[in-house]
Amino acid sequence: MTIFLNTDSRILIQGITGSEGRKHGRRMLQAGTAVVGGTNPRKAGQTVDLGVAEVPVFGTVAETISATGADVSVVFVPAAGTKAAVIEAIDAGIPLVIVITEGVPVHDTAEFWAYACAAGNATRIIGPNCPGVASPGKSNAGIIPADITSEGRIGLVSKSGTLTYQMMYELRDIGFSTAVGIGGDPVIGSTHIDCLEAFQNDDETDAVVMIGEIGGDAEERAAAFIERRVSKPVVAYVAGFTAPEGKTMGHAGAIVSGSSGTAQAKKEALEKAGVRVGRTPSETARLVREVMRSR
Amino acid sequence: MDLFEFQAKELFAKYGVPVNPGRVARDAAGAREIAAEFAAAGTPQVVVKAQVKTGGRGKAGGVKLANGPGEAQAAAERILGLDIKGHIVHRVLVTEASDIAAEYYLSFLLDRSERTYLAICSVEGGVEIEEVAHSNPDAIARIPIDPLTGVDAAKAAEIVRAGQLPAAAAEGAAGLAERLWAVFTGEDATLVEVNPLALTPDGRVLALDGKVTLDDNAAYRHDWAGFADTEGADPIEARARARHLNYVKVDGEVGIIGNGAGLVMSTLDVVAYAGEQFGGMRPANFLDIGGGASAEVMADGLEIVLSDPSVRSVLVNVFGGITSCDEVARGIVSALGMLAGRGEPVRLPIVVRLDGNNAAEGRRILDEAGIAVIEQVATMDDAARRAAELAAAGTGA
Repeated sequence: MTIFLNTDSRILIQGITGSEGRKHGRRMLQAGTAVVGGTNPRKAGQTVDLGVAEVPVFGTVAETISATGADVSVVFVPAAGTKAAVIEAIDAGIPLVIVITEGVPVHDTAEFWAYACAAGNATRIIGPNCPGVASPGKSNAGIIPADITSEGRIGLVSKSGTLTYQMMYELRDIGFSTAVGIGGDPVIGSTHIDCLEAFQNDDETDAVVMIGEIGGDAEERAAAFIERRVSKPVVAYVAGFTAPEGKTMGHAGAIVSGSSGTAQAKKEALEKAGVRVGRTPSETARLVREVMRSR
Repeated sequence: MDLFEFQAKELFAKYGVPVNPGRVARDAAGAREIAAEFAAAGTPQVVVKAQVKTGGRGKAGGVKLANGPGEAQAAAERILGLDIKGHIVHRVLVTEASDIAAEYYLSFLLDRSERTYLAICSVEGGVEIEEVAHSNPDAIARIPIDPLTGVDAAKAAEIVRAGQLPAAAAEGAAGLAERLWAVFTGEDATLVEVNPLALTPDGRVLALDGKVTLDDNAAYRHDWAGFADTEGADPIEARARARHLNYVKVDGEVGIIGNGAGLVMSTLDVVAYAGEQFGGMRPANFLDIGGGASAEVMADGLEIVLSDPSVRSVLVNVFGGITSCDEVARGIVSALGMLAGRGEPVRLPIVVRLDGNNAAEGRRILDEAGIAVIEQVATMDDAARRAAELAAAGTGA
């Protein structure tokens, strides 16, 4: 087992005819992932050439599911249409929606999250503003490059895309079971905790790398969760020690507000929970290496 | 984006949230003029308030009561130009001084942790809510708001009741809460705060102060051009924004350029650690050039970073995930060429670390370009150390 995806995952792309949808649809197919179709209401009935294969375009998520058996949606539609796209996916009853789109207004995210909760949480949401989920050798849903690393037994959960790639690269000889980019927005679907819980229950994952950054208290909450519920070793990295107060650092959610959301507070909370925290990405990778060797 | 008080009150007024009348002035003569108008209308008592995007204005001497135009002018003279926690006062708001019977607190905000909205209401207002949270936590009501149902009359009444506002203020405060909620949703705010929410002796409830934070991601569906803060912003940040670069000024010596918000934040940290060994060299900025860094973007980025006079060395740290490092390398080469062509050849040392997708080809391109100021280092930690070392040499530290 891996988390969230498996070799049978059937991916549909909302916004498959746009440049990002096409580009990454092609990359996912090349990685051996089953991309079975996508949506664009204005181009329903057409096909889109993804290099490796032509895939059908449907008017709605529901039609795509009934025609193809898709069980994962990857959303590339522009920010202005993201809320409607996610709500459509929830209404169609798809189990997993991965929202890659950057720049989604936080009111829209709060609304589609509330909508998913009201609909009974039958749809897991990852993102927005995230690189997606990659289970090397099995399935790749999103924009994480499939060739950085091979299959292995490290699980990774991160707010940051490039730090995810960096960490996968540094530990490519050991390999990863699943890497989940949860996104850097102030409101996101699945959190560090959701992923830690899934990794704890995944028999193909031996240890977890958790990458956090300034803003909010997700890392502090994750630390409390680890203390109570995670027996597998967790190594963490937190970015943003030098970030000035009150400035948004690239990610919409990466902001220290007053004395809350600092990297130092997150590091301390994690260390208090017994998590080893690296000072740099490389040191973090070395700590993971030690953990994996001692198993 | 944070708004000034007078901008927040403009939004409040647009949505029917009652505010006390006032206008903004850029100089003391302007403040005098506004006070004269109030005096002519029969209300000589005014309050002159520093317009800065930080709290604690009163304690810093940024809020003064004035009786008539002369006093208003004198107050404005003292307030304009003040440095309040690093914020220089460029404008004052002159408002009618209201008679106040009681001061309360009301806000709506995004609750990141719970992924929903929150109303905060308290019978204790006029002081910072954090202080009340310390001194009298029971006086603060925190009511979650479902984004799907929002705040209707019944919810507004519930909020005001939970905040323990007295009967005399309840109806007015609930009405104000409903309209304040309209500001929150209608303007894509992540915070709307009224402190104090005042009850006047004649039973009116109005917003005497206002704080609003807007969600930058929602700018595309609003007309917020008038809120652009040209004076308060760092000049380099302002120029970077004009070029759509994601740049934040920090006070150090090592200029930073990288791809991806997380990696760039991390690069700043690693440079600061490395700098401890070299006389305390620190990162000078955050600059994320994003995924497909073209030569143009790299040139703009380099130019912005190098325009900071405190920069002594530059670190370009790129991990090629989707981005191909050979494209980044070509970007750097042509960026330096473009800058030389503009008569601004780069003389500061530039440490480059390329890794990931097509890194070998990227490194080869930089080697073959034979640019004297470029030094390639294989790992992020070593590159940070070298950049700090070169910055220290450049400052003579």
